[in-house]
Amino acid sequence: MITGDDDEKWLAAAIAAVKQNAFYMQRAIDSNNLKDALKFSAQMLSELRTSKLSPHKYYELYMRVSDELRSLEFFFKEETGRGCSIAELYELVQHAGNILPRLYLLCTIGSVYIKSNEITATDILKDLVEMCRAVQHPLRGLFLRSYLAQVTRDKLPSIGSELEGEADAHMDALEFVLQNFTEMNKLWVRMQHQGPNREKEKREKERNELRDLVGKNLHVLSQLEGVDLGIYRDTVLPRILEQVVNCKDELAQCYLMDCIIQVFPDDFHLQTLDVLLGACPQLQPSVDIKMVLSGLMERLSNYAASSVEALPNFLQVDAFSKLNYAIGKVVEAQVDLPASGSVSLYLFLLKFTLHVHSDRLHYVDQVLGSCVSQLSATGKLCDDKASKQIVAFLSAPLEKYNDVVTILKLTNYPRVMEYLDHETNKAMAIIIIQSILKNKTHIATADEVDALFELIKGLIKDFDGTTDSEVDEEDFQEEQNSVARLVHMLYNDDPEEMAKIISRVRKHILTGGPKRLPLTIPPLVFSALKLIRRLRGGDGNPFGDDTSATPKRILQLLNETVEVLSDVSASELALRLYLQCAQAANDCELEAVASEFFTKSYLLYEEEISDSKAQVTALRLIIGTLQRMRVFNVENRDTLTHKATGYSARLLKKPDQCRAVYECAHLFWADECENLKDGERVVLCLKRAQRIADAVQQMANASRGTSSTGSVALYVELLNKYLYFLEKGNPQVTGDIIQSLAELIRSETKKVESGAGSFISSTLRYMEFQRQQQDGGMSEKYQNIKMEWFE
Amino acid sequence: MNYLLGAFKPACNISVTFTDGKNRKQVPIKKDNGQTVMHPLFQSQETIAGKICIEPYQGKKVEHNGVKVELLGQIEMYFDRGNFYDFTSLVRELDVPGEIYERKTYPFEFPTVEMPYETYNGVNVRLRYVLKVTVTRGYAGSIVEYQDFVVRNYSPSPPINNSIKMEVGIEDCLHIEFEYNKSKYHLKDVILGKIYFLLVRIKIKNMDLEIRRRESTGAGANTHVETETLAKFELMDGAPVRGESIPVRLFLTPYDLTPTHKNINNKFSVKYYLNLVLVDEEDRRYFKQQEITLYRLKEETS
Repeated sequence: MITGDDDEKWLAAAIAAVKQNAFYMQRAIDSNNLKDALKFSAQMLSELRTSKLSPHKYYELYMRVSDELRSLEFFFKEETGRGCSIAELYELVQHAGNILPRLYLLCTIGSVYIKSNEITATDILKDLVEMCRAVQHPLRGLFLRSYLAQVTRDKLPSIGSELEGEADAHMDALEFVLQNFTEMNKLWVRMQHQGPNREKEKREKERNELRDLVGKNLHVLSQLEGVDLGIYRDTVLPRILEQVVNCKDELAQCYLMDCIIQVFPDDFHLQTLDVLLGACPQLQPSVDIKMVLSGLMERLSNYAASSVEALPNFLQVDAFSKLNYAIGKVVEAQVDLPASGSVSLYLFLLKFTLHVHSDRLHYVDQVLGSCVSQLSATGKLCDDKASKQIVAFLSAPLEKYNDVVTILKLTNYPRVMEYLDHETNKAMAIIIIQSILKNKTHIATADEVDALFELIKGLIKDFDGTTDSEVDEEDFQEEQNSVARLVHMLYNDDPEEMAKIISRVRKHILTGGPKRLPLTIPPLVFSALKLIRRLRGGDGNPFGDDTSATPKRILQLLNETVEVLSDVSASELALRLYLQCAQAANDCELEAVASEFFTKSYLLYEEEISDSKAQVTALRLIIGTLQRMRVFNVENRDTLTHKATGYSARLLKKPDQCRAVYECAHLFWADECENLKDGERVVLCLKRAQRIADAVQQMANASRGTSSTGSVALYVELLNKYLYFLEKGNPQVTGDIIQSLAELIRSETKKVESGAGSFISSTLRYMEFQRQQQDGGMSEKYQNIKMEWFE
Repeated sequence: MNYLLGAFKPACNISVTFTDGKNRKQVPIKKDNGQTVMHPLFQSQETIAGKICIEPYQGKKVEHNGVKVELLGQIEMYFDRGNFYDFTSLVRELDVPGEIYERKTYPFEFPTVEMPYETYNGVNVRLRYVLKVTVTRGYAGSIVEYQDFVVRNYSPSPPINNSIKMEVGIEDCLHIEFEYNKSKYHLKDVILGKIYFLLVRIKIKNMDLEIRRRESTGAGANTHVETETLAKFELMDGAPVRGESIPVRLFLTPYDLTPTHKNINNKFSVKYYLNLVLVDEEDRRYFKQQEITLYRLKEETS
């Protein structure tokens, strides 16, 4: 085992030896002593033969030695100037007995040889790269070849270079670099097999440190002049890929693929996409292909973004299909790839597509489709990571287009969603809805609505096998609120289409089940009522044919819809909605329909609403609505009014009865409608209310002595009602009635300290004020009330 | 022994000069004591001619019973020291008995001498060519002077020179196939080749190519074989995987090689081998040896 300390020590010793020999070498150089220079340089180079250093330290040593070799190279150059034949020197250095020093020297003199132009560079390069085979020790071989690459780098023949001997000299240079690359990679890969198994991890780490030595060759290739697209496609890339694939080493494949992508120009990649991608499925299963492909796609995206001219090229080579196909192949080839892996591959492709081909929606759809067919093999995803990836995958187009309508055109979008588990599916649906709300997306056709609801069906209805008990109530409310808000976003100016939208929405939300309906039906109803109002505002029903949307039809529909609510024990809500509908029917002058709604409301009231408080509220609503109904004929109205009054009298608590009854008085009096001013029945109602109040008062007096303020408030309220009708001009409301009521109040308040004091006094103040009023007929009416008012 | 007397009281100085001595190529030869000296270079069928100059020291005279020069080709076995086998011996009488008072020069010539063997300095054996000048004296002992020269013979490129190709291995462990471009190399040649790894199940650390020289001397029971590794050349660093091919390029120039010698005068042979050695991480060596033939090619600029 090499420990760090020993490593240091050995390095120090080696460096000392290098320094010493370098010193002697330099001295020999200074005195032009070739023989000694060679001898000491060989001795210096012998230090590189060590097996004791870690790659890191070896690198340090190597750097020192290669520094020293520079002066030797210079010396060789001078020697040849002094008439020493370079060919002789080339032979001379090969007399060295040890292979490593010999080859370092050979590379050094070789580089001078090339410069001298005495022989074609090709021959030298071939010789050097071939001779270097002799070093099979991975670490030493790597560094030797790295030295070779370094010293020849600026001397490679290429088009236009002065060293160019023949027309295809640059091809030879290419061959040289490729071969050197191949050999280096082999050595590099082989490193992992050297030494005991238990140090494997450490070795891989060390190997990783050395990777740039190998990668540099690719860089050299990319810099090589004369490497045009044709050469790259026909020679460079296939050769590199062959090596990458055949080395069957994860680390190397990963690094080199990335190198290729980063080092060569974008348009090369574009034009050779199928070749490059073809290699991907052949890589080791452990290679992180998504890194590789994402790198590639990112580059291509940037390329597409960088210039306008690039885009036609993308289309020309059909980059998209190739990428899509390749990813399919990769997924197919790597059976062990987890779903999250394959999804993220598609995610990258999707991002690429959105970036480059945002105008081609069918490409996007195709990606989704590919993903679906991939997922179909794995089934529903239970794995968190994969789900997250899919959410990201599905969110990408949303973010890009900011328009759900576009998304709805993607037929495969919902199919992808199907693979999400229930929770994630819902989350995704909410994301979609939020996108709509945020961007105020206009969803204007029934088909879009259909598609949209298909997407968010996770929110709309229960899935099989999920128990709702697990769902947090608050979350559920939140979700359904989103849906409700969504319903309001669906709008079309054309009533015809809008009607269709409503009926589609209805169809969808009706599947929601008892928990959802109370939350989702109201928005639908109101949306429909809005439409009705619009229809009324327009020409109503200009066509009159069966298919067109008439208020009547819509109301019919609503009728059925609301009925559903009553089935799911949301009767109060149903009642409210019925009344809303009734009002709409009233506005549209559809008597029968309105009557139907009222009937339904009454039925609900009678059969379903049993809680007394709820009854009070419901009754008030009924009364309020009924009061404003104008569409009924007298008979109908009478029936309904009668019923309502009847209900009022049957309320449980007396005060409630009292109040309901005096409210009923309004049913007989409609300000703007002359034939609905039945003053007599108004007073009848009020009197009846007063009787009830009396009863309350008596009961209060009886049970609790004089301490109760019981019905004083009721009296005051009644007084106000009288005043109201007085002002409205009901002839049956006379000053006497009011006066006697006021007396009653006074006497009752005298008996007890009334809690309703301020109510009484402000009412009285109002009366006084009206009396004082000089203009208008109001004061006149008040004059009739004779009151010796108490102080 | 003669020197000892001469040194005691040197009577004269003998020097040998070759006719074209100034232009003739000189090659370094390693002597016994490790020093290298330069000697003129000849090849077979050359005429060896020159002058021998005898110069008595001041005031001395040299009485002699004759002066002669011999051209000797000798094989010397180190384990049999002192025994020279002369495979070539030519004599020229230069002077009749008499006295030399002053510097005297004798021209000599051995025309088109057959010298079939090359000069060789091995571990156990030496083959040398020498001019031996003898001033014969009766009582005081003869004065002898030697002048070495080097003979190298050149061969043409062999008409047939097949590559060496072979598949070797250890079952289920290591299979390699190697190829050297030729089986016969001249001394300034370069060995090119490739090693293919067909199967590698051992952890190889490195691979070397060695050049080995096998010198066998004597004959029969007395044969001595000496093997030297002249070159150790690293071919590969690290462990290859199946399917790798490693290049071989070995220049022969820097090594001190001779041509392959086969059964020189029934005394010795020198053979060369390429030895491919693989070393694994536990320093076990796996090797395969192949004989190659070395020959001397006539150099363009000699």
